[in-house]
Parts: sequence; structure tokens; C-alpha cells
Amino acid sequence: MVRLESVGLRYGGPGGAEVLHDLNFAMAEGGFRWLLGPSGAGKTSLLRLLTLAVRPTSGRLQLLGAAVERASRAELPLLRRRIGMVFQDFRLLPHLSAFDNVALPLRLAGRPEGQVRADVAEMLRWVTLTRRAEALPAELSGGEQQRVAIARAVIGRPALLLADEPTGNLDDTQAERLMQLLRELNRLGTSVVVATHSTALVARYPGRALVLAEGRLVHDGASDDVPRAEEAT
Amino acid sequence: MARSLRPARADDLGLRRALSDRLLPLLVAAMTFLAALALAGAMAAAGLAEHWRTGAASMLTVQVPMPEAPAVGGTRAEVVTHALGDTLGIATFRRLSAAEIATLLKPWLGEDPGHLSLPLPAMFEVRLSGDPFDATGAAARLARAAPGTLVERNGAWLTRLADLVRSLRACAALALLVVAFVASAVVAVATRAGLAARRDAIEIVHGLGATDGMIASQFAERVMMLAVAGALLGVLLVLPVLLGLASLAAPFATADAQPLQPAQLLRALPPMLWAELVSLPLVAALIGWATAQATVRGWLGRLP
Repeated sequence: MVRLESVGLRYGGPGGAEVLHDLNFAMAEGGFRWLLGPSGAGKTSLLRLLTLAVRPTSGRLQLLGAAVERASRAELPLLRRRIGMVFQDFRLLPHLSAFDNVALPLRLAGRPEGQVRADVAEMLRWVTLTRRAEALPAELSGGEQQRVAIARAVIGRPALLLADEPTGNLDDTQAERLMQLLRELNRLGTSVVVATHSTALVARYPGRALVLAEGRLVHDGASDDVPRAEEAT
Repeated sequence: MARSLRPARADDLGLRRALSDRLLPLLVAAMTFLAALALAGAMAAAGLAEHWRTGAASMLTVQVPMPEAPAVGGTRAEVVTHALGDTLGIATFRRLSAAEIATLLKPWLGEDPGHLSLPLPAMFEVRLSGDPFDATGAAARLARAAPGTLVERNGAWLTRLADLVRSLRACAALALLVVAFVASAVVAVATRAGLAARRDAIEIVHGLGATDGMIASQFAERVMMLAVAGALLGVLLVLPVLLGLASLAAPFATADAQPLQPAQLLRALPPMLWAELVSLPLVAALIGWATAQATVRGWLGRLP
């Protein structure tokens, strides 16, 4: 499902800064990982690798059965459609309504419009945004935007779901609902990676954790075993 | 949910705002205007040159020195008249009157060439029928009937007219190439501005699995629509100009040398020019679509 072998990532060409060094880990289909580490440890860069926003500059990255470092550009869009991503800054399209933002992955995948409307309506109902379906992102609160972003990430039933601080703009109730959704998707076979600084969240939902420090993987094991010094700060 | 009920191929990237429907159509309209003028100019010049060429090619001038001197069977002018009448390929001919010759010579000899007592030749204006005509043989036969008779074809003019037509066509082709290049550059700049304005949106849909083709098509369709709108505007603007020019040029191309009546104006433009005017929006659409596709695909090449 996800396998990294000696993966490195360097921005800005051969002379650029290396932000990830010699990463090695594997996650089977249906796996769950917390992604922990202090700011600047490389969590976002690793998520960018896993969303195929960048390719590794060294090593081998196997993702959903494809060797990313060797895949052609034409192969990557189909892979990306099997990956859902919840961004910390939501990354909604400002000129599209909440409905159309959520519908975007389905439309890009060429789903029939009738099915798109039914699925989006159901998803908006789930995130309690039915009445805000017509609203533009600028007309939504931060929490509502976050829920739209979550709905967009999961509506295509991705094989791999990545989330970067997904509960950062949610109240406790919404955060609880999101974690329940992530666990449910995970139980149904979606692999999930959640990057967070929230030790309370990790403590409430213990599982396996990857801990990064200065671009290196320093822990791959149970979240309960993460040394305090390595936890998110 | 009125805003949600939109077609699947709607404006996901927000290009209606990023690629404004003001500047690009106006620039394409200007390019179309220039292209139409170049096409019409080349066609009109070629048409006039052809008109003059066919006129010049069908005319001969025959000079008979000492026309009243005796020859076998009459005066030299009379035997040349008989010979011209027997020559195949000649439709009509006539001998210029003394007054017409005096008018022709007026720039050189003044108002009354007769007072100089110069032996003026007889001049025949010959119009060919269009059938095969042996100019060399005819000249030889006339010279045998009245030695010294000269047959003058307008060959030098024909060569110059042919050169003129070729030059005009080359100039028009060059002008069209320049216009197409500038139009393409304008579209590329507008597309790049749109890419810069929608960079975030493009990266988002790219990350959601949009292919290069999907993104490039949205740009290309928007640019193509704007280019067609601009080209139609350009054609509408250039049409009155072309009709006005056609009205002014009509007397040079017709025998009666009369200006066109308003009802004749639309027929004043040749069918080929109408076809080219109709094709200009199509060409603009093609240039816009292809340039936008190439520009966007080139830009997307920087993304993984």
C-alpha cells in the first residue's frame, strides 16, 4: 500500500535543502498512522510526497501499487484520485460553492452528474452543511470550511486518506465526529495518516505513530511508546 | 440549490474572471481587422492587376510608317488594313484618327504636330479575340505587306504586372503571418496571466486528480470563445471599411467606370473574400485554442 525505502526529498534541485532523509517505513492496506513531530520536522513534506505533490529525489516510494519515482506523469492523476487530503488551510476553491467544492473530485473522475448530486447531498448532510450548500467559502466560518474540506477529501472513498491538523479549526464535538469518520473509513479499508500536534487527540485515539525530527524518522511504533521529547510540541 | 445545479463542465477554475471578456477580445478584434485588410488589399490588388493584365494582353498596337505611300494593292495603310482583316485571332481593329494621334503626341510635339511637317505613321489599335494568335507570324506578314510596319505587344507591362501581383501576395502573406504571430503572442500572454491568477486553484484540482488535458481544455475553451468573439467583432468592424473601399475601387475594375449603387455594395466584395472573412473567426479560434493548450501544458509541466 505505502512503502518508503531510503526516501529523500530535496527542494530546489541538487544544491537545495534536503528536508527528508533516508525514510523507511511501510503501511499495509487499511493501516492507520499518526504523523507526529515538531514544526519543521518534515511532516508536511512527507504528506506532500504521499499526495504526489512532489516526487522523491532519492529512494523508492511505492504508493497504491505504483512505483512513484518511475511513474509517468500520465499515471499520476489516476493515483491522485485514490488519495484524499484534508489540508490545514482547507484549500477550497473560492469561486465554487460548498456543494461544488465537495463535488469536484467526483466530477474530475467523470462520475455521472446525477450520482454526483446524490453523493454530495448525502455528504453535506453528514457534515451538517446541507443548508450551507450554496455558500461560497468566504461566506463560511473556519469550522464550516474545514468540514467542506473533509467532505471533499472523503467523498471519493479514497484508498489513502491524509490529513494535516484536521481538527485544528473544529470544536470538540466536530473533532469527535471527524475522528469517528476517520476511524470508520479506516475500518472499511481506507489507509489513514493524520498529522497533528495534539497530544490530547493522540492520547484519546491511540494507534501506531510515525515521529519525524529534522526530516528523519525517529519512531515507528505504538503512539503510547512515543518518547515525550519526540512528541509534537 | 440554484448555484449547485450547474453543468459538469462548468468553470471549476474560475476562468470567467481570470480571463476577462474585455481585453483579449478587443486585441483579437484588432488583429482580425488587420488580417481582413491585408487579405482584401492583396485580393483587390491582384484583381485589378489581373484586370489590367488581361486588358493589356488582348491589345496590340500596329504602326505603319509612310501610310500613304504606294504598296502592292493600294497604299501601305490600305494593305495593312487588308492583312489585319485576314489575320486569325483578331476580334476588332481600327485606325486611329489624326486627332487621336495628335492627342497621343501632344506631350512631345505640342498642340499641332501638323505644322512640323513630320511624316506621322498610321496607328492601328487591335483587340484580340482570345483565340490562339500567332504574333510573330502576324508581324512578319504585315511587314511583308508594308515593310517597316511595327507590331507592339505589351509584354513588358505584362511582366511587371505579374511581378506586382506576386509582390502583393507575398506582402499579404507576410502581413498575415505577423498578425497570426502577434495574435498568438497576445493569447499566450493572456493565458499566462490567467495561469498566474489561478495558480492556487490549478494546484488544487491538479492535486485532486485533474489531468493536464482537463486543465488545458478549460483554458483553451475559454480562450477560444473569447478569440471567436473578438474575431467576429473585428469582421463586423472591418466590413463597412471594405465595402467603402470596394465602392471606391469599383470604377477601376469595370468598363463603365461608374461608382456602385448602395444595393450593389454587398456584391462588390468577391465571393473568395467573403469566404476568407467567414474563416477569420475560425482561424482565430484555432490560434486561440492551440496557443492556450500549448501555454498551459508547458506551464503544467513544472508540476509533478
